[in-house]
Amino acid sequence: MPQIVVENLVKTFRVSERASGLWGAVRGLVRRRHRTVWALNGISFAIEPGELVGYIGPNGAGKSTTVKTLAGILVPDAGRCEVLGRVPWRERIAHVARIGVVFGQRTQLWWDLPVTESFELLRDIYRVPQAGYEAARDELVALLDLTPLLDTPVRQLSLGQRMRCDLAAALLHAPPILFLDEPTIGLDAVSKLAVRDFILRLNRERGTTVILTTHDMDDIEALCTRVVVIGDGRILSDGRLSELRSRVTRERWLTVDLLEPGQSIHDPDATVIRQDSHRVCLAFDPQRVSPAELIHRVTSAHAIRDLFVENPPIETIVARLYGQSLPARDTAALRIQPDRSSA
Amino acid sequence: MDRGPDLLRPYVAIVSARFRMLLQYRAAALAGLWTQIFFGFVILSIYEAFYRSSAAEQPMTFRQIASYVWLGQALLAMLPWNADDDVRAMVRTGAVAYELCRPIDLYGLWFARAIARRTAPTVLRAVPMCLIASIGLPLLGLDEWRLAPPPALASAVAFGLALVCTLLLGCALSTLVNISMLWTIGGEGTVILMTALVTFLSGMIVPLPLFPDWAQPIVRALPFAGLVDLPFRLFTGHIGPGEVPGVLLHQLAWTLALVILGRSLLSRGLKRIVVQGG
Repeated sequence: MPQIVVENLVKTFRVSERASGLWGAVRGLVRRRHRTVWALNGISFAIEPGELVGYIGPNGAGKSTTVKTLAGILVPDAGRCEVLGRVPWRERIAHVARIGVVFGQRTQLWWDLPVTESFELLRDIYRVPQAGYEAARDELVALLDLTPLLDTPVRQLSLGQRMRCDLAAALLHAPPILFLDEPTIGLDAVSKLAVRDFILRLNRERGTTVILTTHDMDDIEALCTRVVVIGDGRILSDGRLSELRSRVTRERWLTVDLLEPGQSIHDPDATVIRQDSHRVCLAFDPQRVSPAELIHRVTSAHAIRDLFVENPPIETIVARLYGQSLPARDTAALRIQPDRSSA
Repeated sequence: MDRGPDLLRPYVAIVSARFRMLLQYRAAALAGLWTQIFFGFVILSIYEAFYRSSAAEQPMTFRQIASYVWLGQALLAMLPWNADDDVRAMVRTGAVAYELCRPIDLYGLWFARAIARRTAPTVLRAVPMCLIASIGLPLLGLDEWRLAPPPALASAVAFGLALVCTLLLGCALSTLVNISMLWTIGGEGTVILMTALVTFLSGMIVPLPLFPDWAQPIVRALPFAGLVDLPFRLFTGHIGPGEVPGVLLHQLAWTLALVILGRSLLSRGLKRIVVQGG
């Protein structure tokens, strides 16, 4: 039975607009123009226990709105939504006791308190019994390597350290579901790896369901078995990563390192998509020409040092998906910030 | 298992954590202390000139005025004359989302924050302020200007009870201002309006007995009287300790009304909430 069910969810925001400049500001005092933005325009999906789902889309596509609705923060205009059998915004308090949430751009820790005290405060807020708290804390501290950070005030932590502490803070009450809104944003490579490794272990070892929004396609490739792509408030694709690839394009890339710089490669079944001095990247359709055949033709015509075949990166796949289904990209790029002009 | 303490556990934890945190701001308290001593002197100088130039019978004696003014300066931080900057920042930046992810009542959470915010700075300032005004001033030969102790033990007890209700009333007003920020985002306008209403109508600037006769029934009925005027007059003996039930009733009735108003506004505000910054 699914843990999370979403059916035809709709959420609109009224965005007030005003023309720029002094005259626009004066006019705005008298008459305000409002425009309705469809942040969610009929979203449906279901998530089973233990899934690790990536939720991706451009800024303003509706990712955060979905997460905030599932977390019980926003009330949608229409549609059905149940998490662990509860309607999040109707039974908010009972609901949030059973989920963990991390918003990558904000911390849930108390800025002036040492990390330990923030944890203790959360223990009391979530009414976690002392024994359960100690077990959860010790496990999280070990997994995320937090021992050296526990006595540091949160404001003195680096972003990567803070994110590790934030992850622990979201899990002290052992929720079966974890929502992560851009958990790797702004992190360096080492911290990203630590965060990814932890999410994967949490999902595999504890069976925690994880819903993750991100702009970092490496997060998706490293973590997610299932990817939901949203654009302009609608779901564009939902399925395994491999299905997403094959749905959008069969294309593969052959990258060749030439011995001599500046040569160009011409082949009837492949197109050059990038060329640096030594490196040429060819796109081809494996159903028109087999990789072995293409490699044979290229290697017999040119002296090469190295070559490899790969799938196009997920960014490219997603960009093509948007290209196919969203002729008007400008609406999708709109951010939900009603106090600013979005012209 | 006793459910009682567990029910209140989150709120107690928040009050105590924030209280301890706010106690760290000693430098701000010291700066505030000097500002308030200065204001106390300015206000009392005006009253002295006023009382000397007039032979008419006044509704309060100068000694009562002096105690009233110093108490006001000592307990200024307890008045809901400013908004909680943390809540304002949370609403502005969208961090309020995390507050909604907590399995506790949001009104209770904000009320708990208000209690810590109205008590910790008050403790830091009130103690030195009272010492200076009650012991320091007579040593300087300003016996008339001092903060005099209550005329009777009963007055002190009555003041103590009223002060607890002042805290609750002040927190209900503070929380209401914080909730209004869900609509105004910035909240500057509401805060300025609130500052003006609270400082003037509570008796902070001019003790309410000195207001004109026609205004008396109005200012006495408003909630602001319960913040300063009523408890302070119990302290100075301007109203007798026997009147404490009426004072408490006034304070608690207004607290209840403001809590009900605040809760209904909050639940309406949350339905239309737009989390800033996506």
